[in-house]
Amino acid sequence: MIKLLRLWHYLTRYVDGLLLSGILLLMLTGLVTLYSATDANLARVTNQATNMLVALGIMWLVANIPLQHIMRIALPIYATGLLLLLGVMLFGEINNGARRWLNIGITRIQPSELMKIAVPLMLAWYFDKHEATLRLRDYIVAALLLLLPVIMILRQPDLGTALLIAASGFYVLFLTGLSWRIIATLFVAGAGSLPLLWSMMHDYQRRRVMTLLDPTQDALGAGYHTIQSTIAIGSGGVLGKGWQHGTQTHLDFLPEKSTDFIFAVFSEEFGLIGNSLLLLLYLAVIARGMVIAANASTQFTRLIAGSITLTFFTYIFVNMGMVIGILPVVGVPLPLISYGGTSMVTMLLGFGILMSIQTHPKLVKT
Amino acid sequence: MTSSRLPYIALPAGRSRLLVALLLLGLAGLAGRAAYLQGMHNGFLQQKGESRHSRVIEMSAHRGMITDRHGEPLAISTPVESVWSSPQDVNATPEQLKKLASLIGTDIEEVRKRLDGSQRGPGRDFVYLKRHLPPDVAAKVVELNIPGIFLKREYRRYYPAGELTAHMLGFTDVDDNGQEGIELAWQDDLAGQPGSRRVIKDRKGRIVEDVENIRPPRSGRNVALSIDSKIQYLAYRELKQAVEANKAKAGGIVVLDAQTGEVMALVNLPAYNPNNRVGMKGSRFRNRALTDVFEPGSTLKPFTIAAALEAGGIKPDTVFQTAPGTFSIGKATIRDAHKEDALTVAQVIQKSSNIGSAKIALSLPPQALWEMLSDAGFGAPTGTGFPGEVSGKLRPYRTWRPIEQATMSYGHGISVSLLQLARAYTLFSSAGELKPVSLLRLDTPMEGKRVLSRDTAHAVSEMLEMVAQPGGTAPQARIDGYRVAGKTGTAHKPEGNGYAKNRYLSTFVGYAPASSPRFVIAVMLDEPSAGKYFGGAVAAPVFNRVMAGALRIRNVPHDAPSTSVMSITAALPLKGDV
Repeated sequence: MIKLLRLWHYLTRYVDGLLLSGILLLMLTGLVTLYSATDANLARVTNQATNMLVALGIMWLVANIPLQHIMRIALPIYATGLLLLLGVMLFGEINNGARRWLNIGITRIQPSELMKIAVPLMLAWYFDKHEATLRLRDYIVAALLLLLPVIMILRQPDLGTALLIAASGFYVLFLTGLSWRIIATLFVAGAGSLPLLWSMMHDYQRRRVMTLLDPTQDALGAGYHTIQSTIAIGSGGVLGKGWQHGTQTHLDFLPEKSTDFIFAVFSEEFGLIGNSLLLLLYLAVIARGMVIAANASTQFTRLIAGSITLTFFTYIFVNMGMVIGILPVVGVPLPLISYGGTSMVTMLLGFGILMSIQTHPKLVKT
Repeated sequence: MTSSRLPYIALPAGRSRLLVALLLLGLAGLAGRAAYLQGMHNGFLQQKGESRHSRVIEMSAHRGMITDRHGEPLAISTPVESVWSSPQDVNATPEQLKKLASLIGTDIEEVRKRLDGSQRGPGRDFVYLKRHLPPDVAAKVVELNIPGIFLKREYRRYYPAGELTAHMLGFTDVDDNGQEGIELAWQDDLAGQPGSRRVIKDRKGRIVEDVENIRPPRSGRNVALSIDSKIQYLAYRELKQAVEANKAKAGGIVVLDAQTGEVMALVNLPAYNPNNRVGMKGSRFRNRALTDVFEPGSTLKPFTIAAALEAGGIKPDTVFQTAPGTFSIGKATIRDAHKEDALTVAQVIQKSSNIGSAKIALSLPPQALWEMLSDAGFGAPTGTGFPGEVSGKLRPYRTWRPIEQATMSYGHGISVSLLQLARAYTLFSSAGELKPVSLLRLDTPMEGKRVLSRDTAHAVSEMLEMVAQPGGTAPQARIDGYRVAGKTGTAHKPEGNGYAKNRYLSTFVGYAPASSPRFVIAVMLDEPSAGKYFGGAVAAPVFNRVMAGALRIRNVPHDAPSTSVMSITAALPLKGDV
């Protein structure tokens, strides 16, 4: 018994209990909602539970790796990711009109997913390296390091992922103390390049933006998702319709109900009260991440922890904002709740890094 | 390299506070929007949601059956499935579309066109692809499992007797509404009332749950016609044979029950197949026995005689001079087909003398003749309720000139329908009462209207019996074992202002058995052109065969000695007799 307890302690030495509790609660919420969203399809739920277990395992592994090691592989991972993205551009498989997948013989991979971690790692590593001598030149290099993969992913096209990666990179820049002047300049430049971006956008992306401005103008086409999801959420009311009793969901009106739009299912069935609880739960996880970032002892760990936490928040905000009808429809899953293994793994890999930062002995710098 | 030499530059406190503030603002924004949708806007959205899945759907009502008087089905509704689609929901592979098109027997391009929702603007969510598929084919359409393609249960009308009853029944359109005939006249009874129910449908239009039955469909009432299928068939067969043999343009026959006035059979030729009306002209659908009029000719003479007998000026044996076969009134000349020197009133009927009839008519005041014809039902609809029934033309007697009074006495200058003519003869078959006619089976016969005294009716009836006897104009109407009464008519068809020389309308109206009549039959052949054209030669044989058959079907006892039965029996060798 004692032995077992000791083993348990040994195994959980690098696991952050608070963070883990939040994650597990969210995962449980996810499974419960998924059961309803898939019309009680136990196979899908089991499959998702397996995804979660695998992701938790990876999180545990990463949590056990000291940050110095992780830091050392930042550059190779980034370089590999970039190469793979190049591979996608050249040999990628086209699926639903987008070239996102690369067949590497044994399996198909989506390199953009890797970049979600690799880009902040790379940037954090870069800034950590040039910590003492941060100059404008460094920011320009960092901006290039960020923009290169973002543009490549944008061309796939995958607006959602590109935006998320851009955001995670931007957070790193922001956290280094990027001066407001530069941020303002970037903002103006960004606003100025909007027409250019618009011209680079694909038709479906433009439609989504237009639809956000007025979903009813194409109620059966691009606006369909948003209209159906707001109806689902609204008809949930304060108390919700109860688990497995959402009509919009179960009558098939709601699209992508187990993946990107799962929040609408949750909302319809658990109402405003459920939403509030869910948001609080997310807030708790984010708060824990922020605390970890604040306690981090090195530039690298502080940057990476902050970026991971803020990116997590961005996922939530973009997904819920889309479902709720205040942001355009971009394919971003609701973290820890939407069905799907890849994003689950990426997400928990990030949390593993957070845990590692929190639980490994902090380097006392001399 | 990696181990930093200096403590890292801490993030400015203001910036981290800003970050937290932004973060909380974002979450608050989400919470606020959720609260707006779920706490304030939810009524509207709930209703929107409901309107998306809660639908009221109509359920077709089963159309009532039309039967003959014995319950034999003449028009029945069979369930069929119509294929419709909601074009915006359709998601089919080219392969599936090809199969669908071949199943419903429609050109694939046409199917594509109909499914192209953009063609007629957005918001169209109901397009028929094919109406009235047999259930087994419809099942195969379902098996294709194409999203957005659905079935709707409807009913299709089927007429088992086909051509036989076409003109009586009429038909319905694709939406099950009566268009002609009984189907149209009794539409309200037959149609019933479609029901409706509220259901929950999913996005693909599949019914997930029945919420409530708002109104069950009420099946239409069955309508029992007065028609007797066997007699109808007999009438159809014999008329068709006669129309073909005499190369007539058209023909009609009406069989009435002499005691109740119910229509036992009614046939017009040429007919049509109501189950397949592709390429038919509208005129082909008219029930001419009710909707068309003609000049009846000599079949009207008995009414002239009856009017004169009622007036009391003449008796059946009163003699009229008919020599020399012509008779002039003003500039006009009336001729007889067979010249006779003098004829009794009875012989005027028997020989069908126009001159005799004219002289008798002229002995009457115009009003008396007009009243007779009017009381016999001419110039007014028969009251069957059949759509498009005409009243014919009987001009007011004040406008009559003497020559018109004379020609009207033998059926020219007046127009009648075949049904009117048949009904008028009930005056003689039922001792002076005019029977109301009915196309529906009557459980209690309606009261007739007395028009003639019994004596007059009997007297005319006796004269009519002479027509079918040797020396009459229609010996071919005679039926062995029965006393047959009737009258021939052979009228020149009107042409321009006068009459066509050799285009005739041949008729025969009669009843049997004369002692206690069971059926009145009126036969009409339009333009017989195979040589024979006299009513006695063309129409009387049809009367004969239909009447004989009908009497046999109904097992009507003989009222005259039968000669042929005895002779046949006598000619048969007895068994064992060598």
